[in-house]
Amino acid sequence: MIGVLVAHALAALIAPWLVGRIGLKAFPVLALVPAGAVVWAAANTSDVTAGRASESVHQWVPSLGMELAFRLDPLSLLMTFVAAGVGSLVLAYCGRYFAADEQGLGRFAAVLVAFAGAMIGLVLSDDLLLLYVFWELTTVLSFLLVGHNADRQGARRAAMDALIVTTFGGLAMLVGAVIVGEAAGTYRISEIVANPPGGTTVSIGVALLLVGALSKSALVPFHFWLPGAMAAPTPVSAYLHAAAMVKAGVFLVARLAPAFADLDVWRWSILVLGLTTLLLGALRALRQHDLKLLLAYGTVSQLGLLTVLVGQGSRDVLLAGLGLLLAHALYKSALFLTVGIIDHDTGTRDLRVLSGLGRTRRRLAVIAGLAAASMAGIPLFAGFAAKETAFDALLHGDTVDVLTLVVVLVGVALTAAYAWRFWWGAFATKDDVPDRRCTAPRTSFELAPALLAGGGLVLGVGFSAVDALLSRHADLIPSDEKPLHLAGWHGVGPALGLSVLALALGAVVVLVQRRLAGRPVPAEAPRRLVDARVAYVLLVRGTERLSVAAARATQSGSLPVYLMTILAVFGAAMTTALITGLPWNVELRTWDEPAQGAVGLLVVAGTILTLRARRRLKAVVLSGVVGYGVATLFALQGAPDLALTQFLVETVTLVVVVLVLRRLPSHFTGTVSSKRRRRVHILIGVAAGALMTMLTLVAAGAREAAPVSELFASASKLAGGNNIVNVTLVDLRAWDTMGEIAVLVVAATGVTSLLFLRRRSRAMPRLSDPAADSPVWATDPATSGSGPGADGRTGSAGRATQGGSAPVPGLLTVVQHAAGGSGTAKSAERWLVAENTLAPERRSILLEVVVRLIFHTVLVLSVYLLWAGHDLPGGGFAGGIVAGLAFTIRYLAGGRYELGEAAPVGAGLVIGLGLVIAVGTGLAGAILGDAVLQGGAWKPDIPLLGTLKLYSSTLFDIGVYLVVVGVVLDVLRSFGSEIDRQIDEERHGRTPTVERAPGSTR
Amino acid sequence: MSVSAVLAILVGVLVAGGVILLLERSLTRVLLGAVLLGNGINVMILAMGGVAKNAPIIGQSAKGDQNDPLPQVMILTSIVITFAMTAFLLALAYRSWQLQGHDEVQDDVEDRLVATRREAEELEDTGADADLEAAEDARAAVEETPSPDDDAALTRDA
Repeated sequence: MIGVLVAHALAALIAPWLVGRIGLKAFPVLALVPAGAVVWAAANTSDVTAGRASESVHQWVPSLGMELAFRLDPLSLLMTFVAAGVGSLVLAYCGRYFAADEQGLGRFAAVLVAFAGAMIGLVLSDDLLLLYVFWELTTVLSFLLVGHNADRQGARRAAMDALIVTTFGGLAMLVGAVIVGEAAGTYRISEIVANPPGGTTVSIGVALLLVGALSKSALVPFHFWLPGAMAAPTPVSAYLHAAAMVKAGVFLVARLAPAFADLDVWRWSILVLGLTTLLLGALRALRQHDLKLLLAYGTVSQLGLLTVLVGQGSRDVLLAGLGLLLAHALYKSALFLTVGIIDHDTGTRDLRVLSGLGRTRRRLAVIAGLAAASMAGIPLFAGFAAKETAFDALLHGDTVDVLTLVVVLVGVALTAAYAWRFWWGAFATKDDVPDRRCTAPRTSFELAPALLAGGGLVLGVGFSAVDALLSRHADLIPSDEKPLHLAGWHGVGPALGLSVLALALGAVVVLVQRRLAGRPVPAEAPRRLVDARVAYVLLVRGTERLSVAAARATQSGSLPVYLMTILAVFGAAMTTALITGLPWNVELRTWDEPAQGAVGLLVVAGTILTLRARRRLKAVVLSGVVGYGVATLFALQGAPDLALTQFLVETVTLVVVVLVLRRLPSHFTGTVSSKRRRRVHILIGVAAGALMTMLTLVAAGAREAAPVSELFASASKLAGGNNIVNVTLVDLRAWDTMGEIAVLVVAATGVTSLLFLRRRSRAMPRLSDPAADSPVWATDPATSGSGPGADGRTGSAGRATQGGSAPVPGLLTVVQHAAGGSGTAKSAERWLVAENTLAPERRSILLEVVVRLIFHTVLVLSVYLLWAGHDLPGGGFAGGIVAGLAFTIRYLAGGRYELGEAAPVGAGLVIGLGLVIAVGTGLAGAILGDAVLQGGAWKPDIPLLGTLKLYSSTLFDIGVYLVVVGVVLDVLRSFGSEIDRQIDEERHGRTPTVERAPGSTR
Repeated sequence: MSVSAVLAILVGVLVAGGVILLLERSLTRVLLGAVLLGNGINVMILAMGGVAKNAPIIGQSAKGDQNDPLPQVMILTSIVITFAMTAFLLALAYRSWQLQGHDEVQDDVEDRLVATRREAEELEDTGADADLEAAEDARAAVEETPSPDDDAALTRDA
């Protein structure tokens, strides 16, 4: 059974590609998939009819008791025939209905196939929760199908209405499913039906389930979404709104009726709502001029009848309902498809404009006539047999049944009337209307409705063939009378009389209506009462208004206010916890060693000065002091790894922040908070700080259990490392680290996208760029603007000489004639590769020499840290940042071209490689070991060197290292090179080409 | 477990400073606030680790003489993530400067609009015209399927 669903899912996946490849021809090909489901169902028919229902159960979410439980029994077999059969015909029909240049056809085909799959899944599910999943799947897919013409407001609105109403019902149904499932102790529908639970809660649950079913089947008061949904393309209406989706509600009622039909809440809501819908829909249908709307209201009406029949709760009526379900699927989809053809070929669906089609399109008229006859209940057709069985069954019931019969009879009469109205409206030659022009008929277009309409006749004559199948489901309701049977002809009797009466009444209605035709339609007073749409709109509006009021009350839009709210809640919660935790067990010692106190003083001073600083740079440097102070505390506390990492991170942060600060105003500007507000901030801050101090004291005293980390030491030994902190990071808690590097990557992506806006690395600044001629970091605009004509590096060299005569700014800035200035230079004569791209006043020979001397050493150090991290302080993070610092000094000494030359690969590549290695190690653990990130070791003997110990965690650490290097590079490129470039462009009087198209630099 | 008073006070000072800066509007200050706050929490976790001992490296000291490695692992993670967040906030500040000439956090425009929506508008919006709106909605919903009859009826209703 799962195979059928998987086939649909796969077909849906390839559908867009297929449509793109072979256009409309894809539809008949895709139709083969549901057709296959029909064949599969047919192959199982004899088994199921014989009473051998097949099941297929797979575990899904065992903790929730959720299973992929499917069951093919008579009802699901019937529905599979309907859903898959009509589905395949409609798909084939789509190939003729749409124009080849229709927008979004690939998506449409995919969604339609997926819908067929979801529908089949729905009817096959034997688990209430699984049923719900498919239920909502059909809701979402129908939203997409109804809104196919997304450029039309009406279509969007109709799709939205259908979505809201059916989702509302669906949610109610979910609650109901959980209530019923919990009460029954199982979510398996077959078991619930076999042993239905009882009680008030179950009644509520069943009522909620009914809300879902009735909203899906568009019963009063949810009926209004269905006519609105006629904005969908006609094949969609034929499938969703005649055969499949709206039948889901009827299906659910039929499924649960054997278990719950005797509950009062079930019986009365089904009877009242169903019969109201039957009459209301039929009356509305008689007033429509649009053929499609006429059918839509007709469908609403028939769905009411179907719900009453399958939910009424006696065996024979249920049997009649199932028969009508099948008949309705055949005739209603045939009629919808006919309307589609008329609309397609004549350009209108208005029956006041259509005339003479019966002569020009005789074949179509016959097809529609067959279907309409079935709908009207003319003998020999399927509709007749089903309805007559219903009459017969109701006639033998109690008083309520007989009253029901009267209403049903009226409803059937009205159905016959609008069936005539449909056929007459579409095909009759009207005296005062000119003949409507119509394109030539195409056999392939009319094939699908012809098959469906013909099916109605065949089924009508041979109804007894499916009687055995349908009876098997109906027999779930025990009956002590002689059971009725579905058949084409039941012989002469009271039921036949009722059928004839209904037809006669229908004829009267037609005549009366024709008499009334000329007059204006009287305004209907009670209409407001039943027009649930008004209530719906009011409800939606009320919800919107409520949300606006709620937003107004809570969302002031000010970040400080939000933060204060969060802090206040946090403070209140923590204070409560502290108070309830009394008495506290606080043990205090002054310090671990006096140095701690000294550093503490430094940190306190740094914090206070940071608060008071009015210059950005000062504030940043002071906060850096705080950071270094904290790092020293780490070192004092016996945490060398932390101290190392904190020192390194603090350094990189300082550099990066300063790189950005050169662009921002030097002082904090703008709306400096008012004194009063500032005082409030200080108050909140001090309160938060005091609270945290208390928490620290109390929490430490509250520790009772042995720390989990006591086992870490022996675990590290097993993992082959001595540095427990590092081994924990890359092995014991490697998942956390995986998340952490993911955060790093996301942050770096955020940074680059905010800076570059389009692509992470536009062409990296390289020496080969033509733009490399203009000096980097020039202070004097006149100098930098002087050399657009200069060629090659000679230009900058020339400027370098010029710059030599300029006043020297700064102490360490040594003016230097470019070493290779004449253009014959060899790179070997330079200290740095790109030193000549710098503006001369920015060069520092001292820095260049130092950088040249230590760059490679620092890189080697970073690799050492990475490798040693397993046993000594270090590791991937520290190593990565050291490597990043190496690139940072290259950039600081030589500018962006230097950075580009030092790291000529994209930062994205480095990050990606790191991620691949880290994730790959994890997956390898899953494949070779028992779990993702499972550790492993490889100890090859290498001659001369001895045994090399390679742990998978080392490999993981290499991944971390690469990610960190890439992130630092990315940040440098963004805040360094990119901001440089933008400054230079501004200097040249151009607006920075921030959003330049990729590649246009070349 | 006893706590070092110095560390506990430091937690308070750092958090207080962090919160005060966080409540400012200048993104640079918010950024520094986040950094200070991060440092404060790190010191708090550190204080949870107990009395200062030796580095948790096997072989360098006896097992009972080593610090708890778990708080250290947490702090290490926190340091790196704080760095990532710093970089991102910086980019935000820079972008804000690029677009608006300063790095102040503005009030959310949509929220302000909602908050300042005129009361009069609200009054107009209730009651009597709901029917009309319903009618409009209904018409729009079936507009693909022209049915003047229906429209007329609905308008009359309104």
